[in-house]
Amino acid sequence: MEATSRSFKQNARAALGDEDLQQALGQMKLGFVANRANAIAKLPEFEALRAEGKAIKEHTLENLDFYLEHFDARVTEMGGHVHWCRTAAEARDAVLGICRAAGARSVTKGKSMIGEEIGLNDFLEGHGIEPVETDLGEYIIQLRREPPSHIIAPAIHVTKQQVADVFYATHSGLDADRPLEEPRALVDEARAMLRQKYLDADVGVTGANFLIAETGSTVIVTNEGNGDLTQILPRIHVVIASLEKVVPTLEDASTILRLLARSATGQEFSTYTTFSTGPRRPDDPDGPEEFHVVLLDNGRSALIGTEVQDILRCIRCGACMNHCPVYGAVGGHAYGWVYPGPMGAVLTPMLIGVEEAGDLPNASTFCGRCAEVCPMGIPLPKLMRHHRATEFERGLPPAPARLALAAWAFLARRPGLYRSVLGLKMRLLGGIGRRRGRFGTLPFAGGWTRHRDFPAPEGKTFQQRWDDAGGAR
Amino acid sequence: MSGARDQILDTIRKGRGRGAVMGAARSALEARLGRRRRGTIPARVDKDAAALTDLFVEQAEALSVTVDRVGSVDDVPEAVAGYLARENLPAMLRAAPDPLVESAPWESRPALTVSSGPSDGGDEVGLTGAFAAVAETGTLVLRSGPTHPTTLNFLPDTHIVLLRTSQVVGPYEDAWDRLRAAGALPRTVNFVSGPSRTADIEQTIQLGAHGPRRLHIVLIDDAGGDRGDSRDTQDSQGRGDGG
Repeated sequence: MEATSRSFKQNARAALGDEDLQQALGQMKLGFVANRANAIAKLPEFEALRAEGKAIKEHTLENLDFYLEHFDARVTEMGGHVHWCRTAAEARDAVLGICRAAGARSVTKGKSMIGEEIGLNDFLEGHGIEPVETDLGEYIIQLRREPPSHIIAPAIHVTKQQVADVFYATHSGLDADRPLEEPRALVDEARAMLRQKYLDADVGVTGANFLIAETGSTVIVTNEGNGDLTQILPRIHVVIASLEKVVPTLEDASTILRLLARSATGQEFSTYTTFSTGPRRPDDPDGPEEFHVVLLDNGRSALIGTEVQDILRCIRCGACMNHCPVYGAVGGHAYGWVYPGPMGAVLTPMLIGVEEAGDLPNASTFCGRCAEVCPMGIPLPKLMRHHRATEFERGLPPAPARLALAAWAFLARRPGLYRSVLGLKMRLLGGIGRRRGRFGTLPFAGGWTRHRDFPAPEGKTFQQRWDDAGGAR
Repeated sequence: MSGARDQILDTIRKGRGRGAVMGAARSALEARLGRRRRGTIPARVDKDAAALTDLFVEQAEALSVTVDRVGSVDDVPEAVAGYLARENLPAMLRAAPDPLVESAPWESRPALTVSSGPSDGGDEVGLTGAFAAVAETGTLVLRSGPTHPTTLNFLPDTHIVLLRTSQVVGPYEDAWDRLRAAGALPRTVNFVSGPSRTADIEQTIQLGAHGPRRLHIVLIDDAGGDRGDSRDTQDSQGRGDGG
């Protein structure tokens, strides 16, 4: 998909003025945050599991080549095929090749962020193959022709009235008088519509939450059951997954699974966790005849051994965005690409470049809640700071910002000068602002005072007041 | 795409500043794969068999599963017929060719129509066995194979599962041990925790998104006799089908 991350500021401004979106985001904060806290309170072992989960991922990344080769060998042994793809284009071609070989005309899809990352739907459509999203949220946004706004709740920004509108507009045969006011009626309408699509599809594409090196299994975690119908009914099952999804054993996956649903939706365990190994066996009464894994790199292997490798531990639970004040204010679309929120602010510049997505790591208050709730202990603020440094080194921020930072750095390295300049400034601002106690406008601080007042200083710096109070040095 | 494979592996190795993992390091990784070390197991499953069964029921019921406990497989037809009547469902079942399902005296309930095989989407009610059940989170473990078509887990609106108390284990890891002991991993292992659900429309939970709206378990108490010999009785699919 075309990234609009460059326009983050305009996107964010539009989002702040969108009443439907603001209402949806308000609900989200209440639901996800409270449910996660409840689920964790019920599992005293959560912190221990978190440390173990992080260690499993670190160990796997240290030996990623070994585990990927092992996974590949096991898939092949079980009668499946692994397609190694360096780029999004190679992955799209691999999926298209499988579809063409099967003479496929329609493809059902379980929810997959990798599918979004490689822009699979538009590509298949462009080649005469109908892709049908089957996760309810993904289905809704596919009909609305827009990208997901949350990695686990892709249609979280859509109101039920908007869902009804798009069903009336696109479901042929749906009587315009039929009431679709309640979520129940909307779910039933989508369920009936998609049932036939599952049965008609030639190929089913799912993502993967884990790849198991020990057994060559792929794992999906869902609540609706759409991923399972997608992978058992068509003749061919294609899994698209990025290479950092691999873990060594079923036990390792079980440890991380105890963290995943609790961090994501606050469930103790998702409704369906499905382990798929190879195609159907000769005496199986159902299941796909072919099993393919499209293994995507897309720049991830180059992160191994770098200071930003930590982001490859991400299990896509969405806890960081659920707890982020910036995401909570502007929603996912403002981020302009596939991955929003703090994990997106870290990952997006790595995948599409700091030049394209430099605003994202700057859209942070550095409050640190994301790192606090991350089940994989990813230091998200630290990684965002890394991007900011890269940006500065490449001279990407606008000249006034660079100049201001350079001036501040000059002063900060000279404590005596810093103190006297700051003392002067405080006296000045304190004097001018004494009467009103606040400033409505300030030179060089328009970004702040456009939206709120700047409180007037009391005339002295902290250090001066400390000395006045006789504090020890 | 062997070029792609080599290039990706090469980039990873360069990042780690080494070549392919060889020698002792490789043996250590292979040993780790074989050891299948467990992480922390939640203390909530540290219970005897009867208490684990109670925990399973409690956890499953919290997920909107209904559970009917019966004394023997002979009671199954009556329990199933009663459930269908209470829920106002047709007395017609699409059943898995599972030895436990087949061992129930269905002839005692002639009004029930029971056919056997995978589902094509036209069945209201599916009936299957289970491989195991995980008390930790009220999760059923279902294994694909000749005695268990996977379509029965997802297509019918109502899924009824016959489970024996000896099949209840504490954590997921115990289910993996039993699965490995039963032979090669099957094509599909489904961990099922409650009926299908979605919260994709304004975060309100709706059951029956794409899979079953109702999940009902008939739990057969077989813990009385030879509890120690659970290896033979744990797998209702039995007969060493080899997956």
